[in-house]
Amino acid sequence: MATEVMQSAEPRTNYLNAGHTVKSWLLTLDHKRIGLLYLFSISAFFFIGGIYATLIRLELVTPQGDLMTAETYNKVFTMHGVIMIFFFLIPSIPAVLGNFLLPLMLGAKDVAFPRLNLLSWYVFIVGGGMFMLTMINGGIDTGWTFYPPYSSIYSNTQVTLAGVSIFITGFSSILTGLNFMVTIHTMRAPGMTWFRLPLFVWAHYATSLIQILGTPVVAITVLALGFERTLQIGIFDPKLGGDPVLFQHMFWFYSHPAVYIMIIPSMGVVSELIANMTRKRVFGYHFVAFSSLAIAVFGFLVWGHHMFTSSQSMYAGLVFSLITYAVAIPSAIKTFNWTATIYKGSVSFDTPMIYALAFLGLFTIGGMTGLFLAAMGLDVHLHDTYFVVAHFHYVMVGGAIIGYLGGLHFWWPKITGKMYPEIWGRISAAIVFLGFNLTFFPQFVVGYLGMPRRYHSYVPEFQVLHILSSAGASILALGFLMPVFYFAWSIKYGKPAGANPWGAVGLEWQTPSPPPTENFTYQPVITTEAYEFEHVEEIKNAGKAEALQTA
Amino acid sequence: MAEHATHVPGLAHHFVSMEQQKEAGTLGMWIFLLTELMFFGGLFLAYTIYRTTYPEGFLYGSHLLNVPLGGTNTVVLIVSSLTMAMAVYYSQLGEKKKLIFFLLVTLALCFVFLIIKYFEYMSKIHDHLFPAFGTYHPSTTGPHGIPLELQQPVRVFLWIYFLMTGLHALHMIVGAGILITLIYMAQKGRFTKQYNSPVEISGLYWHFVDIVWIFLFPLLYLTGFHVSGAGH
Repeated sequence: MATEVMQSAEPRTNYLNAGHTVKSWLLTLDHKRIGLLYLFSISAFFFIGGIYATLIRLELVTPQGDLMTAETYNKVFTMHGVIMIFFFLIPSIPAVLGNFLLPLMLGAKDVAFPRLNLLSWYVFIVGGGMFMLTMINGGIDTGWTFYPPYSSIYSNTQVTLAGVSIFITGFSSILTGLNFMVTIHTMRAPGMTWFRLPLFVWAHYATSLIQILGTPVVAITVLALGFERTLQIGIFDPKLGGDPVLFQHMFWFYSHPAVYIMIIPSMGVVSELIANMTRKRVFGYHFVAFSSLAIAVFGFLVWGHHMFTSSQSMYAGLVFSLITYAVAIPSAIKTFNWTATIYKGSVSFDTPMIYALAFLGLFTIGGMTGLFLAAMGLDVHLHDTYFVVAHFHYVMVGGAIIGYLGGLHFWWPKITGKMYPEIWGRISAAIVFLGFNLTFFPQFVVGYLGMPRRYHSYVPEFQVLHILSSAGASILALGFLMPVFYFAWSIKYGKPAGANPWGAVGLEWQTPSPPPTENFTYQPVITTEAYEFEHVEEIKNAGKAEALQTA
Repeated sequence: MAEHATHVPGLAHHFVSMEQQKEAGTLGMWIFLLTELMFFGGLFLAYTIYRTTYPEGFLYGSHLLNVPLGGTNTVVLIVSSLTMAMAVYYSQLGEKKKLIFFLLVTLALCFVFLIIKYFEYMSKIHDHLFPAFGTYHPSTTGPHGIPLELQQPVRVFLWIYFLMTGLHALHMIVGAGILITLIYMAQKGRFTKQYNSPVEISGLYWHFVDIVWIFLFPLLYLTGFHVSGAGH
């Protein structure tokens, strides 16, 4: 698609040039600036987590554990997991894109509680800082799952400090979820009915529900673990009458739904990308909207599938297995509806669409292999193997991160007012896609053949597959690094984007880029449903007129 | 209308109207209470599991608790809920003096609860019943003695008791902070007939903390209260 340059939208105050001091950023109550604060913080965590991933893949190039000791390796994969999950994936789309876009999409001036929003970032920074302290003090080696009694009694690493940092970070997630839910309920512009909401908003509503209901449970769980370690009170210690499996139940009650905290926002992004890049109304809007909620609700009832081999009753396992299968239904509804949306659409292959298509394929593989693991008999064979590792990386990287990157490219012109170089965007998207598959597809095979996860050495037969995986990881790393450079480049040298470079629908495109501090210079009134491409020319012209007026 | 509304005292700039702001605040507090419910929920789950695993331990442990003191605290909290409701009522009428009076009474009742709780905790620690730091050395005889075979299960009951009531007491302390802030704000004349939602929202929090205790009291103090001969 040709990018339209609208010079006239340049000299005016927007949220970026409204203040230039450090204080104006650190004390900002503007949801757009807070979104950017999150963007910088989680990007830092992403690259720290990436360094740990690099170390893992380097160690696994050879069958012998020769790069580091088993103890060090334990720490490395734990740090990778904790950082990527708690400090990157969970905040990623909601805290960055959600924060930036939600009020814009609703036609509001800000989220319902701007101070709470800023507080959530500070809480995140305190939690993240404490985890960095954990890292400097030697890290932890329990795995990101913190299973007792290893974590509570035997591990000599900084489990308590790490637990406290996760406890604190959890509140940042709760505050974001609470804020979004209230915002969606109370801050919608006149005429913005529930079924006129963009699907991105529906996805964030479902995500908030999980953040609100799940996160407190993991908070109390790590709190209990902290007490267990420091006070020896025996909550999960069988020697003192406790039950270590209770920890697993409580942990997964949050941590399975947490997977949906990571993937549902990404699905919301993909809905927006596919609609706007094929210029068609999303097929079965209501089904896609409700399937987000269905995933959120089902997600709370499947935690036991992590414990098929942990002394759980077979009959409980049967029920958990069946409900896990049920999650596939709303997921498939989404996938089929997106495919139907693309059918006979005028498809553009700009970077966001490449990411959206990559998401469709990778998420399908990730989701389908999830069904393998939901089958109790097969799971006994695959449990704790690289098959599981490959499965959740297909969902977390192939789903969540691909969606996040697609969204970042799509809304980058809105965030900065500048276009990124399209050709580099496409190249890096292709590199990410290829590198990702080369990294993780061999892990399905090596896992199926019996390679357990969390081992730093393995039998020589697996070396070829591991070398493929490590080679893929270096390609993937290149793909992830490229956007850093061209995004930074685009801020100074990118072409001005104009209010609506994609000719997209949605309220956020009807205000100048970057948006003014108060988001809209007029009170938006909504008269059509989302994704009304019949009126797109009208909307585009209205956006243009608006931009000209405010110039 | 939006232009005009920004001049209303107490209305934040990003809301269109006072009603919208109040709705957001109230919904926010309800959702926060939902998270609190899930937070305590984890411990209620642990309670259920361990009470099923160690029925005798829970029966015995329950009898170690001081029912008159716990009962007094229950009454104190229920009355404090009433006084808090009165404070909300008078804030809506814009009666500053009565509002401050009832907030002060609520605060006083909060301190009464915490002082009683303090003495309860102290007596447990004194009897070597605190289940942490290796200080748990109950005697096997006497009114606070526990038979040897029940010492482990009773220990489980006791950490649940300390963790749940401790978290509850922490919420009371936070509540005291909120009350003090409200009293200060009310003193400064911030609350009017039009703007009083902070009092109302804090009231929701206060009632929630009370309700948690309404569940804790029977579950912890009154387990098997009707079973004669159990315990001492």
